[in-house]
Amino acid sequence: MNIDHLIHMANQIGAYFETEPDRALASAGIAEHLARFWEKRMRRSLYAYLDSAQDGALAPLVREALTQHRDQVLGKIQ
Amino acid sequence: MILHCHHDRGTPARTSTQHVTLSVDGIPVTVPAGTSVMRAAAEAGIDIPKLCATEQLEAFGSCRLCVVQVKNRRGYPASCTTLVEEGMEVTTENDDLFRLRRGVMELYISDHPLDCLICPANGNCELQDQAGRVGLREIRYADGHNHLQETSDTSNPYFTYDPSKCIVCSRCVRACNDIQGTYALTTTARGFDTRIAPAGGEDFMSSECVSCGACVAACPTASLLEKSVIQMGQPQRSITTTCAYCGVGCSLNVEMQGEKVVRMVPDLNGGANHGHACVKGRFAWGYATHAERITTPMIRSSIREPWREVSWEEAIAHTASEFRRLQEKYGAESIGSITSSRCSNEETYLVQKLTRAAFGVNNVDTCARVCHSPTGYGLKQTIGESAGTQDFDSVMQADVILIIGANPTDAHPVFASRMKQRVRQGAKVIVADPRKIDLVETAHVRATHHLKLLPGTNVALINALAYVVVTEGLVDEDYVARRCEPEAFNKWREFIADPRHSPEATASITGVPADDMRAAARLYATGGNAAIYYGLGVTEHSQGSTMVMGIANLAMATGNVGRPGVGINPLRGQNNVQGSCDMGSFPHELPGYRHVADDETRHAFESVWGVQLSDEPGLRIPNMFDAAIAGSFKALYVQGEDIAQSDPNTEHVTHALESLECLVVQDIFLNETAKFAHVFLPGSSFLEKDGTFTNSERRISRIRTVMRPLAGYADWEVTQMLSNALGYPMHYKHPSEIMDEIALLTPTFQGVSYAKLDQLGSIQWPCNAASPEGMPVMHIEEFVRGKGRFMLTEYVATEERVNRRFPLLLTTGRILTQYNVGAQTRRTANNAWHQEDLIEIHPVDAEDRGIRDGDWVGVKSRAGETVLRAKIHERMQPGVVYTTFHWPGSGANVVTTENSDWATNCPEYKVTAVQLSRVEQPSAWQKHFAEFSEEQIKLLNQESAGAPV
Ligand code: SF4
Ligand code: SF4
Ligand code: SF4
Ligand code: FES
Repeated sequence: MNIDHLIHMANQIGAYFETEPDRALASAGIAEHLARFWEKRMRRSLYAYLDSAQDGALAPLVREALTQHRDQVLGKIQ
Repeated sequence: MILHCHHDRGTPARTSTQHVTLSVDGIPVTVPAGTSVMRAAAEAGIDIPKLCATEQLEAFGSCRLCVVQVKNRRGYPASCTTLVEEGMEVTTENDDLFRLRRGVMELYISDHPLDCLICPANGNCELQDQAGRVGLREIRYADGHNHLQETSDTSNPYFTYDPSKCIVCSRCVRACNDIQGTYALTTTARGFDTRIAPAGGEDFMSSECVSCGACVAACPTASLLEKSVIQMGQPQRSITTTCAYCGVGCSLNVEMQGEKVVRMVPDLNGGANHGHACVKGRFAWGYATHAERITTPMIRSSIREPWREVSWEEAIAHTASEFRRLQEKYGAESIGSITSSRCSNEETYLVQKLTRAAFGVNNVDTCARVCHSPTGYGLKQTIGESAGTQDFDSVMQADVILIIGANPTDAHPVFASRMKQRVRQGAKVIVADPRKIDLVETAHVRATHHLKLLPGTNVALINALAYVVVTEGLVDEDYVARRCEPEAFNKWREFIADPRHSPEATASITGVPADDMRAAARLYATGGNAAIYYGLGVTEHSQGSTMVMGIANLAMATGNVGRPGVGINPLRGQNNVQGSCDMGSFPHELPGYRHVADDETRHAFESVWGVQLSDEPGLRIPNMFDAAIAGSFKALYVQGEDIAQSDPNTEHVTHALESLECLVVQDIFLNETAKFAHVFLPGSSFLEKDGTFTNSERRISRIRTVMRPLAGYADWEVTQMLSNALGYPMHYKHPSEIMDEIALLTPTFQGVSYAKLDQLGSIQWPCNAASPEGMPVMHIEEFVRGKGRFMLTEYVATEERVNRRFPLLLTTGRILTQYNVGAQTRRTANNAWHQEDLIEIHPVDAEDRGIRDGDWVGVKSRAGETVLRAKIHERMQPGVVYTTFHWPGSGANVVTTENSDWATNCPEYKVTAVQLSRVEQPSAWQKHFAEFSEEQIKLLNQESAGAPV
């Protein structure tokens, strides 16, 4: 899957949750959104990017959400 | 005039709670106060002769055929205009009345051509009926001055006006004014020379007429008559079905001779349309038997090869084996399906069942992805149900109508007429739209506010309106305290009251003067019942879901959800958008909007379907394209959709389609997507099958078989055959059995059955033990999710911004006479109104670029380039251009980008930064498109029987 596209989409989700004053809630919101709406190829590709050490294009909040909620987002497809 | 199965009581029903008792010819009858004597008589079983009166219109009292006598009252009052009074004693028949009526009728007939035997209305003419009814036997004024030599106006493709048959009853004029609200007809001159004339033009076609057909239905003679009736003769039978075009979902009576359709007329009992229709549903049905229909299955191994006609058995077996082969080679997840809002509930239910149960994956999506998916998301988050809150009739109790990003007179014409009726009664209108749509200013309608915002700034606008509500003390505190989550509300109140959301701070973003925003917000919050109607101008944005939540916030904060006259009303583009979403067409949801990861729901489906289901969300349409290009998605079954034309960034879409190893298209025509297909399964039109559609107000209505499927099978049967070939058995004998399964598994549909639909006419879900006959207005006592939830809606500017290279914003939309990708309407006489997609430009932008009306203009964006003809129009605002996407060669979507809504991937069709310039020839894409299309048509027509596959 086109990783630039996925990063862009993930950052858009991040931008929505940025407004949430409680950062833990925002991070959980992003994770839940990805788990509920993203197909596993997309989630896997995003994590592959996160784990590639070239994750610079991800918004900090998104990176935080992915890191903190890896189990929830990847679930049994890990 | 329409087929006489309906008993016309002469004047509209009244709903007063006070009742009046009178006697008609000695028969006592009790009716609501305000009822006419004519209607009261009809209720008592006595039909008084009439010509100018009809139940559809307020009485006019011009023909005087309906005279009666009232005890202790002088003269002979017209019964249609005389209202009932307590104790009134009415006589409808005596010698005086007989003489009077015969005299009136004699005068009418003396000026009428007596060619009844060869008149196209013969057998269905009120004048003829009434002449018989009053016992007319001779005409003493023969050979006087008459209009018999006047020529007919045949300019409209669907109906004619023959002045010689006109009795000047003005039913047509009143229908155009009162029902349609277009005011396109006038009566000219007076006395004997009185005539009906279309306003603003020489004839009907050049006038303001929008060809809705209301006048034709109202005409009691052959003066206004459908051309199809003139050609074919009177219909013999009638079947009630539902329009297959827009989300209004009008009920239509198909009037036929055998299996041949003679005409379609609006159903007076239709819950959505109450006897009205528009030029699409009423007249544009000829495509169903168009010569380009494909009725034999076809296969080919590559898109550069000719098609080979095959039997159904071979086509189905081939598809099944290809799908299984690809799953084995590339994994189970490499295949999926797309359902269409042009298909019935039963068909979409079956396709998603096939995908989940037979393919074993959740890769199923629907065209609502590209239109109203943000509605589903936004309303679910805030009020708990992915559907509009009201019925259409609710608008008749609205005091303030806020229309956001919708153009009802073009896209939802019958509902627009109803809206206009309410506006003429005094309701106020606020329009939020970049363009000056008709409802900003049209006959007898003038919006109080037009918030002419820049495309892409909806959220800034809705936040500004909410800011005014919160900071000026206009919140309905009691409602919010009773009905909404306090914590979420307080958080939202604090968020929205920040000065960054104020009209003054956001005016530079939206382009709307702050005072206008303040005034509009005050009117919405304090003007009485306030209802929001919105369309794709809300959803098709990168912040589509945020905007839907912003709308819900505003409605909840002002207490405008949960009773008639208010609410949040998404106007759905296609007829079955609501239904296809309800039926579980989204990759993350089973029918009834329940997530695939919800164990209880999944287990319920597993036990009835007898198969284990995946709890993982599948691919959405844009994700399928990306996965296809990436090589992990290989086969797609598309029922009734034309993604190659309707989805954004055409070149990206066609690249994805070319990447597939097996594309199966089920459609009635070789559409743009089918040109990339390997298997073509001929589909059936809405006239060829049974099923149901669900309109924008959650109204489930029947479609009924009018003619046998041209290709031998209805679409649901084809899906069933495919499922059986894949080894997952389906044995439905009729779509009613599919509905029974939907009812069994979907709580909101629990009480729905074909028997109940036949009995009630239509049902608005939820229909279950709590509301056995359905629910017109939802969320009355509490929200579906319990307490309403306010959501934070920060404005985030779209990345699609203007710059020096692309200084204009392109927004796209629809036009009255064409429908969506145009596959249906382009194959009808509707082309007389709209033969090509045009680019609308404000005069200032045109002048800057030396563009004149009618010039060819290159439209270039970051995604691609196309060429369209220019239409210079002041309804645009400077900096914004507009086009439609009804013709594939226009390439409107070559220019649109894949930018999409953050929550749902609904494409941002409404905002594309472009540049325009005068050009002399089509774009490179258009040339390629023309060549490719020509090649594909050749491959279709090529004699290829026996070619190896
Ligand atoms: S077709 Fe409709 S718009 Fe045209 S004149 Fe008749 S009622 Fe008016
Ligand atoms: S055209 Fe028909 S409806 Fe109109 S005034 Fe003449 S007879 Fe009446
Ligand atoms: S297109 Fe829409 S408004 Fe027109 S007849 Fe069909 S459902 Fe009604
Ligand atoms: S029907 Fe009453 S005046 Fe014509």
